Amino acid sequence: MQGLGGVLQTAVQMMLELDDSLLEIIVLSLRVSLTATVLAAVSGFLLGAVLAVWRFPGRGSILVLLNALMGLPPVVVGLMVYLLLSRAGPLGNLGLLFSESAMIIAQWLLVTPLIAALTQQIVADLMLEYREQLLSLGTSRWTMLQTLLWEGRFSLLTVMLAGFGRAISEVGAVLIVGGNIMHHTRVMTTAIALETSKGNLTIALALGMVLIALACLVNAAVAFSKAYAERAYG
Amino acid sequence: MKLIRNILLCLWAACIALAGQAQAGEDFITLASTTSTQASGFFDYYLPLFQRRTGIEVRVVAVGTGQALKIGENGDADVLLVHDRIGELQFIRQGYGIDRREVMYNDFVVVGPEKDAARIDKMKNAVTALQKIAGSGASFISRGDDSGTNRLERRLWREAGIDPADAQGTWYKEAGAGMGAVLNMTAASGDAYTISDRATWLAFQNKADLVLLVQGDPRLFNQYSLMLVNPEKHPHVKKQQALLFMDWMTSTQGQQAIAGFQMAGQTLFKPNARKQ
Repeated sequence: MQGLGGVLQTAVQMMLELDDSLLEIIVLSLRVSLTATVLAAVSGFLLGAVLAVWRFPGRGSILVLLNALMGLPPVVVGLMVYLLLSRAGPLGNLGLLFSESAMIIAQWLLVTPLIAALTQQIVADLMLEYREQLLSLGTSRWTMLQTLLWEGRFSLLTVMLAGFGRAISEVGAVLIVGGNIMHHTRVMTTAIALETSKGNLTIALALGMVLIALACLVNAAVAFSKAYAERAYG
Repeated sequence: MKLIRNILLCLWAACIALAGQAQAGEDFITLASTTSTQASGFFDYYLPLFQRRTGIEVRVVAVGTGQALKIGENGDADVLLVHDRIGELQFIRQGYGIDRREVMYNDFVVVGPEKDAARIDKMKNAVTALQKIAGSGASFISRGDDSGTNRLERRLWREAGIDPADAQGTWYKEAGAGMGAVLNMTAASGDAYTISDRATWLAFQNKADLVLLVQGDPRLFNQYSLMLVNPEKHPHVKKQQALLFMDWMTSTQGQQAIAGFQMAGQTLFKPNARKQ
């Protein structure tokens, strides 16, 4: 294997040439992880906000569980989804195993607890700030939930980024439910694992750098639009 | 309420999109196979030839033979290409697979550090070589993942009269990983030996000071076979397309294409299908 300089050079070369197979892997990675993050944001925002706004028995236990699930190993999620989607499993007749959809489902399940737990904290903090005001206006809980989510929108965007980071970086779940099939379910992380197993450590590490560059791009795009939105509506 | 309604609309649209994707039924079969056939680059060369001819795409899930058999048992693949005769025959006996066809072979090799502390270089007997490794103070890294290679290795230890489980964590290390990962570990450790299939070994790019030490023992013969996942157990198995693939791989043309895959001047897999 070459030194770090050689790796960097290979990485830059890869990004400049951007051949079809690399492009395909990048596009698939982004499509899977962005879709999963958006779905997880929808479910996580709702779940987190409900837990922040309502008081009901068992709420404390759910919160503890959610916080614990933030550390859920991807490979466990992968296994659960595998058992669910396998032909021998309850949802087997959908034939979704080893497909892009299976990877999205796995990452969605992986990211939802993270987004829900962080959302709960953000909305709960806002709730402390605005509670009296909202109550004096006689707002219903539903309206309160929507108002607070909207008030926290910029923080929630950062939460989404954290979720995206967890999704795009994991390999355990997508490898099991996607199967690392060329042209179909091969994403950045599973491609890195494959190149490593071929002993192509330089290419593997260069792919890793491309992945970091991608994550930077996504984060920069969000940071930019956030700054713009804050100026416009903040 | 508008926010909630929009959110629900988004979810609904996403569901439709996901379902649509699942419905897009292109012409493909799923092949569960071993890591050696993928990591050596064989499939990248071989499968496009079949696809050009028939338009059928072969989607490969490359795992250890043990896991590939499990995938077949669950009906998550249409065809298997694996290398563990005993496991395959049991798979057929249990009714999970039918139509077993031997298609190609190569051999296993014992690899280790150039300095070769166990002095096994050029030995012709793999069992004696393992005995020498066990007594030498050098270490042995095992796949430990119930793959075809791992199953062969365990049979060799049994024949050598050594129970490596006793040495677990001392000189015998179970990696629980694919061939490439184990070769990476062996290369990094500096004094360890392992058993690899020849294809992965030849294609492996990070050999460091690892060299091929033992080969040519008939016990190291490595047969690859095709099996169709039993359509009677799993009616969704794409029998027609899968049989087309099996027929092509065992045909004169398919066999010649196997022999045409070379690396460093060596043929990685040698065709040996019986005439249909």
